[in-house]
Amino acid sequence: MNTPRKGSLLVQDARTKRRNAAEARFKAYGLAAIAIGVLALIILVSSILGNGLSAFRQTEIMLTVELPEAKLDKSGTRDLEVMKKVTTLTYAPILAKGLKDVIAANGIEIEGLTAKDAGALISKEASAQLRDRVLADPSLVGQTVQITVLASGRIDGYYKGRVSLASAELDSNVTPAQLLLADALKEKGILVTKLNPAFLTAPDASDQRPEAAGLGVAILGSAYMMIVVLVLALPIGVAASVYLEEFAPKNRWTDLIEVNISNLAAVPSIVFGILGLAIFINFGGLRASAPIVGGLVLTLMTLPTIIISTRAALKSVPPSIRDAALGVGASKMQSVFHHVLPLAAPGILTGTIIGLAQALGETAPLLLIGMVAFVREYPAAYTQADGLFGEPSTALPVQVYNWTQRADPAFFERASGAIIVLLVFLLIMNAVAIILRRRFERRW
Amino acid sequence: MMDDLRHVENDVTTQTKITARGVDVFYSDAHAIKSVDVDILDKTVTAFIGPSGCGKSTFLRCLNRMNDTIDICRVTGTILLDGEDIYDPKVDSVQLRAKVGMVFQKPNPFPKSIYDNVAYGAKIHGLTRNKAELDEVVETSLRKAAIWDEVKDRLQSPGTGLSGGQQQRLCIARAIATSPEVLLMDEPCSALDPIATAQVEELIDELRSQFSVVIVTHSMQQAARVSQRTAFFHLGNLVEYGETGDIFTAPKDPRTESYITGRIG
Amino acid sequence: MSPFMMLLSIMVFAASGYFFARRRAIGMAGGDSRKLASLPGFYGQNAAYAALIPGFAVFLAGSILTRISVQNDMFGLWANLVTRFPNLVPTLAVAASAAALTHAVLRSRPDFRARVAAESWVLSLLIAAASVAILTTVAIVFSMLFETVNFFGQYTWTEFLFGTTWAPDFRGNSALGILPLLWGTLYISFIALLFAVPVGLFAAIYLSEYAGPKLRAVAKPMIEILAGIPTIVYGLFALITVGPMIRDWLAQPLGLGSSGSSVLTAGLVMGVMLIPFVSSLSDDIINAVPQAMRDGSLALGATKSETIRQVVIPAALPGIVGAVLLATSRAIGETMIVVLGAGAAAARLNQGIGEMVNPFEAMTTVTVKIVSQLTGDTDFAAPETLVAFALGLTLFAMTLGLNVLALIIVRKYREQYE
Repeated sequence: MNTPRKGSLLVQDARTKRRNAAEARFKAYGLAAIAIGVLALIILVSSILGNGLSAFRQTEIMLTVELPEAKLDKSGTRDLEVMKKVTTLTYAPILAKGLKDVIAANGIEIEGLTAKDAGALISKEASAQLRDRVLADPSLVGQTVQITVLASGRIDGYYKGRVSLASAELDSNVTPAQLLLADALKEKGILVTKLNPAFLTAPDASDQRPEAAGLGVAILGSAYMMIVVLVLALPIGVAASVYLEEFAPKNRWTDLIEVNISNLAAVPSIVFGILGLAIFINFGGLRASAPIVGGLVLTLMTLPTIIISTRAALKSVPPSIRDAALGVGASKMQSVFHHVLPLAAPGILTGTIIGLAQALGETAPLLLIGMVAFVREYPAAYTQADGLFGEPSTALPVQVYNWTQRADPAFFERASGAIIVLLVFLLIMNAVAIILRRRFERRW
Repeated sequence: MMDDLRHVENDVTTQTKITARGVDVFYSDAHAIKSVDVDILDKTVTAFIGPSGCGKSTFLRCLNRMNDTIDICRVTGTILLDGEDIYDPKVDSVQLRAKVGMVFQKPNPFPKSIYDNVAYGAKIHGLTRNKAELDEVVETSLRKAAIWDEVKDRLQSPGTGLSGGQQQRLCIARAIATSPEVLLMDEPCSALDPIATAQVEELIDELRSQFSVVIVTHSMQQAARVSQRTAFFHLGNLVEYGETGDIFTAPKDPRTESYITGRIG
Repeated sequence: MSPFMMLLSIMVFAASGYFFARRRAIGMAGGDSRKLASLPGFYGQNAAYAALIPGFAVFLAGSILTRISVQNDMFGLWANLVTRFPNLVPTLAVAASAAALTHAVLRSRPDFRARVAAESWVLSLLIAAASVAILTTVAIVFSMLFETVNFFGQYTWTEFLFGTTWAPDFRGNSALGILPLLWGTLYISFIALLFAVPVGLFAAIYLSEYAGPKLRAVAKPMIEILAGIPTIVYGLFALITVGPMIRDWLAQPLGLGSSGSSVLTAGLVMGVMLIPFVSSLSDDIINAVPQAMRDGSLALGATKSETIRQVVIPAALPGIVGAVLLATSRAIGETMIVVLGAGAAAARLNQGIGEMVNPFEAMTTVTVKIVSQLTGDTDFAAPETLVAFALGLTLFAMTLGLNVLALIIVRKYREQYE
């Protein structure tokens, strides 16, 4: 104790060297941790992009087909009711013939190719496409029209790297001869892989037709639910926060409410799904898988988030503002609504957008209220039978889940593509929130 | 004020411990310390006095390179400790601070036991070989800090559980446990009540027999009570430096006189 | 009186009420609005609120009551009334609106403090909004409790809580013990935390103590982005990328498993999801430690890492423990990552330790089973379906316990420094 070190400051003694080495190691751990986080993000994003970007392009075949009256409109009257009785089964051979004509016209010969094989190049969705077109414009019957149809899932997969000549040997859904035919058509420009906006607008398609599956219904359903959440959660959340922050007396009850709200914010989302199922659907009789139910459940989930961020925004307004208002004779309510709330508005807005972004990505509660079903029709916003947002629908994240449960691996590409769409929406929402915050931020 | 002056014994030959030449300190563009020259003597209590914001704490923090922790702070000039420039690139501030200890304005004991608070410095610098030696270091430091009797029965209780004055004495014990050669004290009594202040001041007087003590204080009376040398700072300049008695009875610079007589500050 | 007519009527009442109440007040003051106790507009506002709020409240309450009584065969008297008078509820609403409006207009005298009355209406709305939050918790507990009691009527609670087999059979005779599911939940959460806590903590330490502004500006947002990614994305990532990778590079070569879904898959991906959660909570906690404490340590000659390890972290420990508890709660309640990453097979607790602790096994969790039991095509009243509510209640209780514990610990910690 009484032997002060006589060592020179200019020389690092051994112990200091060891300690500095420990310091360097410690810093390295920290840097490594950050690197892990950043790396994970990069791997995640590249994986999704790698799997999903191809969903935005689709392989199509351009055909010229004859629409014989004899088959499509036996009565000759162009009466829609009569023509509707003609099913897609009748339209399929028309397309097959069109393809056969194209093959012949271009002098393409592939060994081992049967007529049935050739027809299988065309997506099964195409006959429905053609039928819709004819029903929309019955005057086309008897004419020859040009139509662009989707190629089948396996052919599309061939041009996206999922299917190869080798794998086709083992695949029961496609033969190497079909792939060669596809190549030949591609050379002639009859078959192309191009940008496919229908991915965003088309409704879902069944298991055998991944090439036709789209996000139209899902996006609409999510949009309806976001409207419900915005219209309900924002006013209720702000009102509740204003009460709790400005008017409620500070006693044990309000303390309990605070604990309650911070707990609600941390309750697993699946519990809200159970709530929706038990109360809104079973007890309340609302229709399962309707956007209104989804919207209500998401509102309850988003409410704590909005309340917490609104309270933070209200707290950040300095008491001097309130005092100044009261000082000129305003009532408490006037000081809050005329002075405090407008100043807190940017923070409230930011919190709301972030709450909406969280709600957009929620999946588990929506599964429980029945959105697992396969929905093909675009839900209307209001119908007499089902009320506001009452028709069954699906949502963007649920559609992703649905597609992962399908057998055809082409649906993985669809699911990844859907996630890209979801992430783009979230990116836009968060960017808007950040820009708003920067623009309106005040430093007291 | 004259009655407050205690004539303190002055050692005849005292070595210079710290030599500062041409020290400037900048906070970004603000020039906080302007070309200060001063010699701090060993086994002596040197007081830095001056009005608020004059830079005395800033200069104090240069002496143990605590200003390094502030990103925007830049120090130029030379400060020699026992002839070695402490701002030499080869110097590791970790070793420097084992030699130059510091006590802060507000007591800041660690959330550890009293024992662990005092033992902390000795442990990290590896000053003891076994528990027995560590116990001895802790006891000696607490005795020197005049707090041993109050805490010897509760060495394991938290340091934060003590009163303000006790906490500050604990911090002093902690600082001297590493056997520093210089002890820097930044307004150590400003957060304490008068009784605790008196205890700490008495302590400072005892400590100067082993260390060089530099104390920043905003109380002239305190400076007159405890120090042998006094440096008066004003707006970043070292205006006057000399024996405490002379500074307070016969200041040479008119600014010094204004401060002492209360016209400025 | 159809709902549409009701809407129209109430709007008309509100608008005209505003007009008449205001005019009446001013009229009674002899045309001089300065004699009024409040600004003229408030008399109008008071009347308008009186028309709107009771009317809509009655409509809302009545509609909900009707819906509940019809769906569940409750409140027979009310159900009868509504059947006989189909438009009862809108009519009642309009009546309530008219009554309240009349009262408000009659009160519009110069000495009436209309502003206070109007503000009371607003306050009532605010209180109603605040009660929604409480009602939500009540509804959550009630909804699960009710069906759980039903479930325990068909399947004993001891079997549920202590049974070691999970094997639902829709023909009857199911084994519905929660322990295998709890094991899966806890094992996966453990792996997730094992990964996320050190990484998140160290990242937070580096970013708050060492990183320069440039690194902070880049790294912090990137880690925040991880927090904003929906869990379905992580689930897909586990299913398509991580699962096959682990199976092909680790599980099969080691001969320990051949499934793309496994505890390790779900645990790792969940860990990645939790990194920003742990990191940002730790960041707040570390920043709350006063700088004076760091200065005290540095002044003694400690290196930065010594200061962090021996002073800052011990000081922040309660807060960090709270953060870990919250992360655990999050991990336990997570659904989509485990649905897609851990598979549907419940852990088999009777097959020996080896299989129980093999991280390459597929082990499902409480949350996955809640989803699968409630989205199957089974009879709602069967125990195989009702068990989902018991599972949900257990989950809720566990996460509630963890959250409250974390809150208590963090509050105690904050008190230390404030």
